[in-house]
Amino acid sequence: MDQLLAVVVDGVIYSAWLFIAALGLTLIYGVMKIVNVTHGSFYALGAYAGASLTGFWLARGYPAALSYVVLFVAAVLATLVFAPAIERGILRFMYAKDEVVILLITYALFLILEDVIKLIWGVNPYFIAEPYALLGSFEVAGMAYPTYNLLLVALAIVFGGGLAWFLTGTRNGKLLRAVIHDPEVSRAMGVNVGRFYLVTFTFGSLLAALAGSYTAPTVSVVPGLGVEIIVLSFAVVVIGGLGSLPGAALGAVIVGIVRSLSVHYLPQVELFVIYFVMAMVLALRPRGLFSLEEPRKI
Amino acid sequence: MKRTPLALAAILVVVLAAGPWLPQWAMFIVTVAFARGLVALGLMLLLRAGLVSFGQALYFCLGAYAAGALGRFLGVSDIVLEMLAGGAVAALAAFVLGFLLARYRGIFFGLLSLALSMILYGLLVKNEALGSTDGFNILRSTLFGIRPSADWVRYAVMATAAVVAVGAALVVDRYLQTPLGRLAPAIKDNEIRVEYMGASARYAVHVKYVIAAALAGIGGALAATTVGHIDPDMAYWTTSGEFIFIAILGGTSNVIAPFAAALLYGLIHTTAYDLSPNTWQMSLGIALLLLIVFLPQGLFGRFGWR
Amino acid sequence: MAVILNARGLCKSFGAVSAAAEVNAAIERDSVVGLIGTNGAGKTTFINMITGYLKPDRGTIEFEGRDITLLEPREITRLGICRSFQIPQLYGSLSVFDNMMVAFGVVLANAHRGGFFSRGHPLVPGFEVPAEEAAERLLERFGLAEYRDRNAQVLPGGVRKLLDIALAMVARPRILLLDEPTSGVSAAEKFGIMQMVLDGVRAEGVTVLFVEHDMEVVGRFAQRVLAFYDGRIIADAAPQVALADPEVKRYVVGRHA
Repeated sequence: MDQLLAVVVDGVIYSAWLFIAALGLTLIYGVMKIVNVTHGSFYALGAYAGASLTGFWLARGYPAALSYVVLFVAAVLATLVFAPAIERGILRFMYAKDEVVILLITYALFLILEDVIKLIWGVNPYFIAEPYALLGSFEVAGMAYPTYNLLLVALAIVFGGGLAWFLTGTRNGKLLRAVIHDPEVSRAMGVNVGRFYLVTFTFGSLLAALAGSYTAPTVSVVPGLGVEIIVLSFAVVVIGGLGSLPGAALGAVIVGIVRSLSVHYLPQVELFVIYFVMAMVLALRPRGLFSLEEPRKI
Repeated sequence: MKRTPLALAAILVVVLAAGPWLPQWAMFIVTVAFARGLVALGLMLLLRAGLVSFGQALYFCLGAYAAGALGRFLGVSDIVLEMLAGGAVAALAAFVLGFLLARYRGIFFGLLSLALSMILYGLLVKNEALGSTDGFNILRSTLFGIRPSADWVRYAVMATAAVVAVGAALVVDRYLQTPLGRLAPAIKDNEIRVEYMGASARYAVHVKYVIAAALAGIGGALAATTVGHIDPDMAYWTTSGEFIFIAILGGTSNVIAPFAAALLYGLIHTTAYDLSPNTWQMSLGIALLLLIVFLPQGLFGRFGWR
Repeated sequence: MAVILNARGLCKSFGAVSAAAEVNAAIERDSVVGLIGTNGAGKTTFINMITGYLKPDRGTIEFEGRDITLLEPREITRLGICRSFQIPQLYGSLSVFDNMMVAFGVVLANAHRGGFFSRGHPLVPGFEVPAEEAAERLLERFGLAEYRDRNAQVLPGGVRKLLDIALAMVARPRILLLDEPTSGVSAAEKFGIMQMVLDGVRAEGVTVLFVEHDMEVVGRFAQRVLAFYDGRIIADAAPQVALADPEVKRYVVGRHA
């Protein structure tokens, strides 16, 4: 029973992290119909920016309690420097192209950003543990868990809930849903689709950067951080259905629990089992669990 | 289109005849170009049908490990057997995985293939018996029972590579002239129409996927033999990226293009990487971007058929 | 006359929308049948079910005595039923000639001719000439010879329709289903195109079903009319009778037509 509880707690924490990481990917796909490989780059950018800025902050002797804000600010800065430039400077001209071509373009951008990160931050690992250690730990059924992980869960709820409220409750949110359904018609009705794309891309990338930034205190930040995220986020989003917000949540929960079970009972197959689940879901529901309606073709 | 077999034959003759006079490093580059070219040739088959595999490194790596395992566990070091084993193992894996992948197109196909290659990477990295991240070395090559002297080993490998590569190119060239081979651009354009014409797009894609994997497996075995070492990085996403780049650089119009592009890539990679290893990915990314935007047909896109 | 296609009790609904409700139709060999009805009445759904793109919720479809209800489109094509589409389904990046060659390639492959080990120019079943020549012949017959080397995606509307139909004829079907063959074609050309299509097709003894919104075309070319409304067939008779039917007038043609 204790073991099971541990699995659930681990699973929930991991799901929260996955949800924040994958949310931006599914949002960008839903609105712009592109699979954004640079998602991984922004995760890495967030992690590096968060780690280095927090390190700088703490080295200067500023209050460690504010380091959580620093992490947030770092992610925002990193995103604002790169995301609008990428969208306005390159992607904007490519939307008419085939979806696979756009995928290749974002892949090329990912390659470029990998080295840009190396040029800015070097290849040595960054390690910034204070924000993580500061919150101490709490106990559940005799097992100690870092309280920091609860922060991740809180963030997941805030982002997910906030986005859901935005899409259903605000005027801009409803306009965004119109753009999701049909950019051409929206444009014809006077909606500034280009601006929505810019904002969506930036916000989606920001979510990735925040995921990276808030993960930085728990890992050693090294080159190559972005790749694993792309592959995992993709699994989550595909299981839930590309472009679906509730799908991303469900996908994150499924992957989180499955991974947690694997880690506790059969660690060697951890990554394998996630993709096995993805393959099974796709075999039964090729477009994911909450897929958008497929339009009539003939 | 009869030009292509002639050109291929000419290339083979040149490589075999001029080979003995080439310095060792040149033979190395040429052989690696043949290996990468084989993988890119397979990718070309898929690209013609509109499918981009982001995980060909999966089969490249399987081929390499199959070749290595022959040596490590069975003491076999024959180049031809290694390539056969590499191709066979890769083809078998692709046959099984194809049942899932052939149902997908576009981004799903691309990213699923990436995921599969990263799974292999993950499994290999944790596998002690195969050396984990360090990998292991491969036995020195023999050919049909003969053990070439140190001076002649490189030539023997290169010559075998040339024969296999030219043979594979001829086979693919012929395949592209059969009805099934001709179906590729149709699948890319309008799969519904393909079905309504009485053909199974899924079957055609499955076949192409297996052929592409076999080619990648042979290439992997060849690369392992040439380099002398096998490690999990051969399944890493960056390796797949190289193959995609080469395939796009060459274009999909002609079976010689993947090899020419692989040679060009090899030459540039050697020089650029030595100059600045930390900007290599960036250069690749920029080059890929420029290719896609300005030269979508690839460098050799104007030579050959559609 | 013999019944070549028999649809019995076909039912199909998409959520609350009933696209087919107990549809029965027995099509006779060699006949030319017009399918009429407003948009959403169920005509294309009917064709989609016959060709296997959709599976009916209930009911059966028999072709030459054989149950084809659950077969896939490609199997039904191989058995001898082909169709053209409301929106022509072409291979946009290929030339008109190459479009035909792909179609002929499939026919050859299905007949196990022209494979990897074959030599020379295999003969296309039904035409008994090499594919290139058969393609030229078919292009001639449908007036497409002058567009031979143009890319399919730049063709004008009427020409796209003709190519779509020519592609359907490659497999030498015994039943040809035409989904709005003259839609998007100018009024002056409609009759000409329909005549050309039927001439090119009927010479081979093909049974034709065509969906049409232009009642003049229907009146001129159909031997029999099936009128659809709300997923049901509300009239099944010769054109003069069907078009004068009060229900048809009310739900399809318009009272003052």
